[in-house]
Amino acid sequence: MSLNYPNDVRYAKTDEWARYDGELVVVGVSDYAQDALSDVVFVELPALGDVVAAGDEVVTVESVKAAAEVVTPVSGEVVAVNAALEDTPELINTDPYGEAWFFKVKPSDLSELDALLDAAAYEAYNAEREDH
Amino acid sequence: MSEYQRTALYDRHVAMGGRMVPFAGYELPVQYLTGPLAEHHAVRKAAGLFDIDHMGQFILKGPDAELFLQYVQPRDVGQMKVWEAEYSFLCYSDGTFIDDIFIYRLPDEWWIIVNAANRHKDLFWLDTHIAQFDCELEDISDPTYMLALQGPQAQTVLQKLTDLDLNQVTFHTAARAKVAGIDTLIGATGYTGEYGYEMFFPEEKAVAMWESLLEAGKPEGLLACGLAARDSLRFEACLPLYGHEISASAEPVGARLSWVCDWDKGPWLGREAVLKNKLEKNGRWLVGLEMVDRGVPREHYPVAVGDEVVGWVTTGMKSPTLDKFLALAYVPSPYNKLGTELMVLIRNKPKGAKVVKRPFYLPAYRR
Repeated sequence: MSLNYPNDVRYAKTDEWARYDGELVVVGVSDYAQDALSDVVFVELPALGDVVAAGDEVVTVESVKAAAEVVTPVSGEVVAVNAALEDTPELINTDPYGEAWFFKVKPSDLSELDALLDAAAYEAYNAEREDH
Repeated sequence: MSEYQRTALYDRHVAMGGRMVPFAGYELPVQYLTGPLAEHHAVRKAAGLFDIDHMGQFILKGPDAELFLQYVQPRDVGQMKVWEAEYSFLCYSDGTFIDDIFIYRLPDEWWIIVNAANRHKDLFWLDTHIAQFDCELEDISDPTYMLALQGPQAQTVLQKLTDLDLNQVTFHTAARAKVAGIDTLIGATGYTGEYGYEMFFPEEKAVAMWESLLEAGKPEGLLACGLAARDSLRFEACLPLYGHEISASAEPVGARLSWVCDWDKGPWLGREAVLKNKLEKNGRWLVGLEMVDRGVPREHYPVAVGDEVVGWVTTGMKSPTLDKFLALAYVPSPYNKLGTELMVLIRNKPKGAKVVKRPFYLPAYRR
């Protein structure tokens, strides 16, 4: 099964993606991450209004296998969370880049996006990890 | 070279997209491409096939075989008919667990099925006590392959591959037959809470048997299942797992397994200690917990009442069949009473839970 690496998002080495829509940054986890997690059964989201810094653990995702922390790749204020994930966490497995977005941040420092990888670099990074 | 043993099906698992993980000294698939939830539901609704070759098998035979078995484990095997298979366990003299086992009574011998991780420990323990008995114990784990076929469609699937009328192989009995042309010992036993079979046959036939069963089960929706589904299935039925609910620091009364014990058959190893626990139990009891607050309880998480930690979770997860967050946990009296409100510390945050009835999922054979 090949994994998807869409070009309209940027990726953290910790397997989150970030999509800047000109105003807000939308955050989720990559296809690689959901595949490694396997079936997701639980998500704990941040609260609206939380002020977060890049690198903070803000979401807990639990799969059948284990719990994983998701960090925010950008700093700012959380202005939206995807409450649908609380009842249907399996969206993370079926549509990681679409319906399974986690939260939206009003970014305080857009230059943080530059530190993230583009699709080709992230795919290459994962290929290297798989070899070890 | 891997430090772990591989079963004869290792290459098949990898070819099927099995995600291989270390388990009890073996590399086994934790899931296939279908994923642990689909595999779980396949066993509840149709059928699933499990590679459980890591399990150990001993043959016991000789004039004193029955006497020896009566002495080393708590069940009265004198009550077992030929071709019957029953659950039991081994205890140290202080009443703590060595292992849990399955005993098969065959025409001229007994089979003892043990957990992979305990195979050498069990064999050593049994050998230590066998000297004064006229019988022999043989470890046949290596040449013997073991697969489990479980689920409501298991009989339909297996019947396609054997001339034996499987209606004759009732729950917890066994039979010898050819399956896909392979000489097989079929036991109507399992570890999922569903009807099904565990099958023993020569290791060199493993690939042929695996492929035949998968092919035969296609119309019924049979899936190959990994360790994750095996764990969630046995958890819902509250079947104990060595290293979790039972271990050298747990004992049969608290683990709710004293029903296995016979008190009238004469002495057996651990009897006095287990009986003492039964009469004056003051340790922890295994209970079922259902989360009231949202959160996934997992093994080793503390269980608290107020600020006091009173116990711990042995297994916990989101139950795929019941769609609830559930746990098995050890807590002392009086917190073992149904309806008691407790806290599970999930990553150090207290989350509300209550004591509920076990098993969470009533096995098909108990309905």
